[in-house]
Amino acid sequence: MSAPTRPDTPSGPGASVGPSASSGPGVLGSADRAVRALLAPTRNSGGSPLAVAALTVVTVAAALGITALLVAAVGGAPGKVFSSMIDGSVGSSSSLSQTLLEATPLLLVAVGACVSSRAGVFNIGQEGQLLIGAAVGAYVGLRTQGPPALVLTMTLVCSALGGALWAAIPAVMRYRRGVDVVVSTLLMIFLAEQLVSFVVSQPALLQETRVAGQVVAPQSDALAPSFRLPMIGDYPGFTLGAGAIIALALAVVVSLLLSRSRWGFKVRMLGHNPLAARHAGVREATFGGVALAISGAFSGLAGGVVLTGEVYRLQPGMSDNYGWDGLLVALVARDKPIAAVITALLFGALRSGGGVLASTGVPAYLIDITQALLVFAFVLPPALLALWRAAAGRRRQAAVARAAVAGAAA
Amino acid sequence: MILDDGSTILSSAIRLAAPLAFAACGEYLAERAGTMNISIEGMMITGAFTAIATSSATGSASLGLLIGAVAGLLVGLVHGNASHRLAVNTFVVGLTLNVLALGATSFFHESSELTGHQVTQVSIPVLRDIPLVGEPLFVQRWPVYLLIVFIPLTWYLVERTRWGLELRAVGENPQGADVTGIRVNVRRRQALLWCGLFSGLGGAHLAVGAVGSFNDNMTAGRGYLVIAAVIFGAWRLRGTMVGVAVFGFADALRLALPAVGLRLNSQLLIAAPYLLALAAMVAFVRRTRQPAALGKPFTRGIV
Repeated sequence: MSAPTRPDTPSGPGASVGPSASSGPGVLGSADRAVRALLAPTRNSGGSPLAVAALTVVTVAAALGITALLVAAVGGAPGKVFSSMIDGSVGSSSSLSQTLLEATPLLLVAVGACVSSRAGVFNIGQEGQLLIGAAVGAYVGLRTQGPPALVLTMTLVCSALGGALWAAIPAVMRYRRGVDVVVSTLLMIFLAEQLVSFVVSQPALLQETRVAGQVVAPQSDALAPSFRLPMIGDYPGFTLGAGAIIALALAVVVSLLLSRSRWGFKVRMLGHNPLAARHAGVREATFGGVALAISGAFSGLAGGVVLTGEVYRLQPGMSDNYGWDGLLVALVARDKPIAAVITALLFGALRSGGGVLASTGVPAYLIDITQALLVFAFVLPPALLALWRAAAGRRRQAAVARAAVAGAAA
Repeated sequence: MILDDGSTILSSAIRLAAPLAFAACGEYLAERAGTMNISIEGMMITGAFTAIATSSATGSASLGLLIGAVAGLLVGLVHGNASHRLAVNTFVVGLTLNVLALGATSFFHESSELTGHQVTQVSIPVLRDIPLVGEPLFVQRWPVYLLIVFIPLTWYLVERTRWGLELRAVGENPQGADVTGIRVNVRRRQALLWCGLFSGLGGAHLAVGAVGSFNDNMTAGRGYLVIAAVIFGAWRLRGTMVGVAVFGFADALRLALPAVGLRLNSQLLIAAPYLLALAAMVAFVRRTRQPAALGKPFTRGIV
């Protein structure tokens, strides 16, 4: 599927259909232009990258301004809140470690979301896929014996497989029956939540073993220490989980696959213009379905990483909005995996900084507001510019028409 | 004894279904216009919080109900302009609005002192003494009886007015509607305003009608349940209301069963509405009962 780039395949930046890609003239220059011309009318053209960037700066400033106003509105000092957020997210080695720990699942979810969104399939069920991944991982991690490295690898791989299978159900529903992916993935979140909550409340399945004299909680046993993800460094010093390295490597790999491989080209083609893709021989069911399953696999892997690197046991609440927030990360990153790395770090910092907000008297829910406002700050500028351009175009046409009428009358 | 239990379960089923029914009036109309509105959860929680905040400030629960509905309308206004004027993906807008509304309501709830308020209960003499159905039907908080007006009104608007005809045209074939001179995105924005108004009312009723106070995330996915109900009802108002009733009943059953001494898997009961909606989607899609342009943005030009 992911064939390496060959000189005669239409891939690489020259043939890229993304709006920000450079258009280097090459052997494929004319084919490239043809593809662009074909795709141009359907693209939501939002003006030049520079204009988008400039407007984004304005909207981000507005988002932060609103956040500061909210802090002031509840009687907090915006400056103090900001500095304690910095302290809580990057101020010390332990808070920096926390930021990286929180950013890891966000990045994994976001990278998966990039793949499906680029294929034109909008998966919003990450929260559920993450939980299912964690559940499958917990089953493998708790029920198998063997060399630690092997069991850990199996746990993570099976987490990814679990998420992929959970996401494959909406894919099958979509391409066999035509069921809308957004709604089916959304509804399946609630099924996943109840399924996990069922699994951890049944002693026969994954509920923790009863110890005499203790109350049994709806959660699984803890993973054996040797089956957990290794950490570099020791608390309270700087620690870096192996999950962060895995996530970063996967982000780079996916970014390269999307931009450089034949498979990535077809996926992006499908996302830009399904009709053109179909005529070019891209099978929608195969590429769209696989993109959705990959997205699910990344969410499931995120669940596995939360399980083996942070929580160590299956709990119904362990997803902790990682799925939803990871999706927001992908939106802010405009579906680019490398941009998602930076965004995930930012959102991870917001999450870990939010943990210390309580000490300033400002509710930690401020973080959710800031995150949502940031998403708007990043998705609105292209749309605003497109609207303004369309309005300017209409005014121009009207002026031309008026001039023509005036000329005819004269 | 059986009658008493049945009456209690029915009573709580109606109490639990009423907020869903209000919101379903809105979501149904929005979906017929072609907007798969997932910000309904955000509209409901906004309505719920605003209702309690208003009644806490003024002392009037009924005023809270009204302002809650207006707050939902404002969310609809934002959603409509973002997705049907600016053409931002409607799911992105909805998702973000949900996060924003949930965060903002919890934020303000934690940083303010709110006192609970509840609207008055109507209890109709004589009729309430009918066995089994008397108490469920005739002893309820007064906004529940608004449904007697609003459900037929929604049906009439969609099925019997010119506006509703145009609305359905916009949901089925926006290109065709545009060519005949219907302003597609204006209709969709109007539909979202209606949706916001009724979802806000549903959330407000949940807060000042059913519960009497506000808790963080008190809607707890009820908005998504409403989406499931519309799908379950195959995009017809009658089916949607049947869905709402079934989901309300399942919820009431879940709460009542332990008291009755019956054991039924509560996870299965919570998941049942979503399972039913998914099954309905798989079953109905081929019968093309879904508005043809549902969830697809409209821009003028070649398809």
